[in-house]
Amino acid sequence: MNPTVLLSALLATPDSGSQGFDIGKMMAIIIASIFVNNFVLARFLGICPFLGVSKQLDSAIGMGAAVIFVMTLATLGSWAAYNLLLVPMGLTYLSTIAFILIIASLVQLVEMILQKFSPALYSALGIFLPLITTNCAILGVAVLNIDEKYTLGYSLVNAIAAGIGFTLALILMAGLRQKLELADVPPAMKGKPVAFLVAGVMSIAFLGFAGLGG
Amino acid sequence: MSLWKDLTKGIYRENPVFRLVLGMCPFLAVTTSVENALGMGAAATFVLICSNFLVSLFRNIIPSKVRIPCYIVIIATFVTLVDMVMNAYLPDLHRSLGIFIPLIVVNCIILGRAEGFANRHPVLNSLADAVGMGAGFTLAMVILASFRELLGNGTLLNINLLGSAYQNQPLLIAILAPGAFILLSFILGFFNILEKRKGGRQ
Repeated sequence: MNPTVLLSALLATPDSGSQGFDIGKMMAIIIASIFVNNFVLARFLGICPFLGVSKQLDSAIGMGAAVIFVMTLATLGSWAAYNLLLVPMGLTYLSTIAFILIIASLVQLVEMILQKFSPALYSALGIFLPLITTNCAILGVAVLNIDEKYTLGYSLVNAIAAGIGFTLALILMAGLRQKLELADVPPAMKGKPVAFLVAGVMSIAFLGFAGLGG
Repeated sequence: MSLWKDLTKGIYRENPVFRLVLGMCPFLAVTTSVENALGMGAAATFVLICSNFLVSLFRNIIPSKVRIPCYIVIIATFVTLVDMVMNAYLPDLHRSLGIFIPLIVVNCIILGRAEGFANRHPVLNSLADAVGMGAGFTLAMVILASFRELLGNGTLLNINLLGSAYQNQPLLIAILAPGAFILLSFILGFFNILEKRKGGRQ
């Protein structure tokens, strides 16, 4: 891809053409994505890995890192495909198909590159990567960025913040579930039910952020 | 006989939500009202039926190495169709379901049925399985949505049931995000008790 196209895309809004980078708006996006509209606890995206990988703290951290990484790359890929390919060709109705294919192939590519060049990182993140293709948080952030008509800069900021929010919820949940192992839970509520209950209580805590950042 | 079994197993015995705990994201997100739950259920069931049909029809043609991308493309095609039709004829529902319509693509239930059932069963059985699973998913969503709408808004299908006094001060948390998690936790606990009772009797 032509680097000057990317650079000008980074600096300009596609819809209005006005000055693209506003620190205040960026802070608002960051706070909204991490706390107010937390991907897991307020938007209900990525519940499956949130429940599946939150049994231990270190796997939660690994999953969180993998999600932030893929989310950022997927945003870059989907933004480029949408604004440089689908919009000029008038094919925006194909965006769902295009995005999911980009994400699936990206995950595969990242897996192969990591396996070849960084075995250490691969052994840390490897098992989480296939799971990420069906993580709705990744496709969710790509679709949200298009819906909100963010520029490339805002989209990337939003993706990273959303990934951090996901990781935060995952790590908090993992810490709580490790304590929960020792707790005296009624037999009917053991396992998934009590995990949802804890998620609900955490979600109440995150409601307290509503109104922050506008 | 086995066709009937494939049809009915999705409703209780292998209910995708309550028993297999799949497809949680749309399940928790759109159950703020029964209307949304029915809309989402219909959309997901349509995609499930069409994708199961095609996957089962082409199960001997699709090479097993690239089967997952093939399934995803099939599913995404029907999701795009649903998205466009809903946008044209039911714009209000389309707005309130929002990004969860494109996200049907990554609903684990649909890919799970393609991978776990349709790719090694005949077309008729796969169709029965899709109808059953879709009905089970819709039923589960309607159950949770009824609780949330009734407690959080005092209504059911927009009909006021608990009176205006309740509606002025409802249990708002049920309709907010935490309510979904907490109510689902109690419903899953209830199903665990039910299962234990059933096991004890046999």
